[in-house]
Amino acid sequence: MSIGVLALQGAFRRHVEAFDALGQPAVEVRRPRELDDVDALAIPGGESGTMSMLLERGGLFEPIAERLAAGMPALGTCAGMILLGTEVLDGRTDQRCFGAIDITTRRNGYGRQIDSFDTALDIEGLDSPFDASFIRAPIVERVGDDVTVLARVDDRPVLCTSGPVMVAAFHPELPTPDGTSDLRIHRRFLEEVL
Amino acid sequence: MTEPSTTGSFRVKRGLAEMLKGGVIMDVVTPDQAKVAEDAGAVAVMALERVPADIRVDGGVARMSDPEMIEGIKETVTIPVMAKARIGHFVEAQILQALGVDYVDESEVLTPADETHHIDKWAFDVPFVCGATNLGEALRRISEGACMIRSKGEAGTGNVVQAVRHLRSINGDLRKLTQADEAELFEWAKQLRAPLPLVQEIAESGTLPVPLFCAGGLATPADAALAMQLGADAVFVGSGIFKSDDPAPRAKAIVEATTHFRDADILAKVSRGLGAPMTGIGMDADGSASDGTEFEKRGW
Repeated sequence: MSIGVLALQGAFRRHVEAFDALGQPAVEVRRPRELDDVDALAIPGGESGTMSMLLERGGLFEPIAERLAAGMPALGTCAGMILLGTEVLDGRTDQRCFGAIDITTRRNGYGRQIDSFDTALDIEGLDSPFDASFIRAPIVERVGDDVTVLARVDDRPVLCTSGPVMVAAFHPELPTPDGTSDLRIHRRFLEEVL
Repeated sequence: MTEPSTTGSFRVKRGLAEMLKGGVIMDVVTPDQAKVAEDAGAVAVMALERVPADIRVDGGVARMSDPEMIEGIKETVTIPVMAKARIGHFVEAQILQALGVDYVDESEVLTPADETHHIDKWAFDVPFVCGATNLGEALRRISEGACMIRSKGEAGTGNVVQAVRHLRSINGDLRKLTQADEAELFEWAKQLRAPLPLVQEIAESGTLPVPLFCAGGLATPADAALAMQLGADAVFVGSGIFKSDDPAPRAKAIVEATTHFRDADILAKVSRGLGAPMTGIGMDADGSASDGTEFEKRGW
């Protein structure tokens, strides 16, 4: 089993390191041929508009969309959540989404960088809170009937799954404030979603 | 149900720098230029009144930009907007934070406001990026609260040589530090004029505790890929884009070169037919720009 991490831009190294730490090797994906060798894809945090553009220019958008439609498991964080959703509000007009999970997101829904925040997040199925960072994070405005919401902030979904897809508005790939890693989201993706 | 709690933590501030990795941050002076930058795939824009190449020519005092101009750029793009404050000018930084700027660059390109002290960046919720020519300077800025370091290079010259020198110096010393024993680290801290605990931390980890971006003199897709291959996490391109003959395709090519920085086939493809780059300025053997202006010497 091989996991690819979309590496066009953003915090992709952190996802590679997280999977490595769990004993699951991960590779960076930048070109269409690199997609052929992976069984699942993680899409990191970064700028979703920039990634959408680079996906199209590099001929990666359609191949990924086809793989997702055929059931390829995927994990998306922040920008990755936006890209894997059905629709994005307040984005660039030419910004595209894969529609792999039926959610509508609003880009930078919590505000600008000074509104970015940390919070101790209660997640269904975890026995202690997850120390989560929301950085210019998207808000989930709508979830489809087949989407399971695992955590909320202010009543808004921030961690969702549907079939083989898991998306988070926050950044489980970033180290905790004391410099260690909390890999419970990545582990859950490997154990339950994959 | 969880409620939002802490804003302005070091993790949240550094986190935005993590999200910009592998991307290009472009200097823009108008909302129209900001649009060109975003359309090209920039991950952020740096809003300023004059690009460094013009500051070099015009001389005089260079200050924080007009808030109205920064607001105009914020309304035009969806990507993060950065702006520059003068070194030590914490009131300019307070104003930029109040404007909702996403990152403040305490920048040597502007005329310094304080010849001894940099801004206490821990006092702010908005994150800061600072320039550095060597590891000691980088660590001093980090100890003052900077969440991103950019190698200074020599802004506005279109000449990549100083950027290469500074990147090599920072990463070279990082590698040497990892080989030092405990006793040697005390001497390193003295030589670097940096806090011992921070020196011990990076000797152990082998990397800076914040992302290292590259700036100052990048003008071509190949320059951007060079910086990335030398270990930069992302690049700033200032005068190199909007002082070239045809900014939009060059901006786009530099974005693709930064993503595919190890892929020579793609680099060859995107480097074609971009028109003339900015003319640029030579460097003397001691590393000083031949027009006599040296931004890199500002900051201490």
